[in-house]
Amino acid sequence: MNEEILDEALVKDHKPAWRGGDLPFKTSYGKMMMWFFLITDTLTFSAFLAAYGFSRFKFADIWPVPEEVFTHFPFMKGEHPLLFVALMTFILIMSSVTMVLAVNYGHKMQKNKVILWLSLTIVGGTAFLASQAWEWGHFIHGDKGAIDTKSEYVVHIAQGEKLSSIYDLMELDKYSYNQDQQIQVESVINKLREKSEYNIRTANKTYLSNEESINYLENNATQTILGADLIKNEYGHPLFADYFYFITGFHGFHVFSGVVLLIILLINVIRGTYERRGHYEMVEKIGLYWHFVDLVWVFVFTFFYLV
Amino acid sequence: MGENRKGNWWIWKVFWILLGITAIEVFMGILKVNEKLPEAFVYDTFLGLAWITHTFIILTLIKAAYIVMTFMHLGDEIKSFRWTILLPAFILVPYLLFIIIVEATHNISL
Repeated sequence: MNEEILDEALVKDHKPAWRGGDLPFKTSYGKMMMWFFLITDTLTFSAFLAAYGFSRFKFADIWPVPEEVFTHFPFMKGEHPLLFVALMTFILIMSSVTMVLAVNYGHKMQKNKVILWLSLTIVGGTAFLASQAWEWGHFIHGDKGAIDTKSEYVVHIAQGEKLSSIYDLMELDKYSYNQDQQIQVESVINKLREKSEYNIRTANKTYLSNEESINYLENNATQTILGADLIKNEYGHPLFADYFYFITGFHGFHVFSGVVLLIILLINVIRGTYERRGHYEMVEKIGLYWHFVDLVWVFVFTFFYLV
Repeated sequence: MGENRKGNWWIWKVFWILLGITAIEVFMGILKVNEKLPEAFVYDTFLGLAWITHTFIILTLIKAAYIVMTFMHLGDEIKSFRWTILLPAFILVPYLLFIIIVEATHNISL
C-alpha cells in the first residue's frame, strides 16, 4: 500500500496520528496504560523477591524456617503452621473472584450487581488488611524468644530435639509478659542448670546437650531477644525481619491503595457516572490492578512462607 | 474463551482451581515441617534448588497464569498486546534471578 492511499484511509476512518491509529493494540488507552504500569510494578516486586532470594541463599544455613515462624491462628492455642497465611490467601483469591464478577456485570450494564460485588471486594480487601495487621502484631511481639550471641546468630531454646521457648523455660506467660523488662542471660543459664531437660538449638539448627548449651551460652551469649524490630529479631538473621516488613508492607500498601480506589469506584458506580458514560470500563481498569495485587501475593506466599 | 463470557461458570471454575492448588501447597508445607515427605524430595537438589521448591514454583506459576489469562483477560487480548505485556517479564525476571542467585551462592575464599 503506498503512502497516499494509507493516509487517505486513515483520514476516512477518523484515525489520527500515525500508523497505529487510535487503538494499535485494539485495546483502550486506559487499559493499555494500566497494563504498562503493572509491568513496571512486576519488575519492582521481582527485584524485592530476588533480593530476598539473594540473602536467603547467602545465609542458607542459618536462615529461619518460615513454617516455624508463622504458626499462629487467632483464638487457637498451639502450633498451626501456614494456616493463617493460607486463610489470607483464600481471602485475597475470594476478593479476586468477586472483582471478576463485578467486571462481568459491568459489561452487562447491571448496576446493582456491580454495586453488590464491588462492595464484597472491598470487604475482602479490608479483611486482608486486618489479617495482615494481626500478623504484623504477632511478628513484632514474637513467640519463642531467642538469645543473641557474639557472632550475631541467634540461638533458640529447645527441649531435646524439639524447639521450645524461652517463656516455657523461664515459666513466664508470653502473652502478658512486659517485654520492656529484659530477661537476663545469667538467669537463662541458671534455669538451664536447674532444668536439665532443656537445651539450645544453634543458628544452623543443631541441638546441643544441656551441658554443651550452658557452656555455649557462657562463652557466647550477649542478650536475650524477644520479638522483632528492624535491628534484631528472635527468628534468626536480622535481614529476615527487614524483608518481612519491607515486602509484606509494600504489598499491604498496594492492597490499601486498591481498597481506596475501589471505594472511589463504588461511589461513582452508585452515583451513576458509568451508566451515563455508557460503559463500565473503569471497573475493568481498577479490576486489573486488584488482580495484580492478588498475583503478587501468590508469589509472596510461595517465596516468603512456603519455600 | 471469548464465547464463554456470557455466564459466570468459568469464574468459579478458575476459583476452584486456584483454591485447590493453594490447598495442595499448604498441605505440602505442613507435611514438610512435620518431616512426613520423602527425604529425596525435600533435600535432593536440581539446578541448585530442592525438588519440593521446584514443585512449589511450578504450582505458583500455574496459579499466576490462570489469574493473568482469565481474571485479567490477557488471554482475550490480541496476540501482539499479549506478548508486549509478557515478554519484558519473561526476559528480565529470569535474567535478574539468574545473576542474583549465582552471585549469592558464590563462595569468596580469601
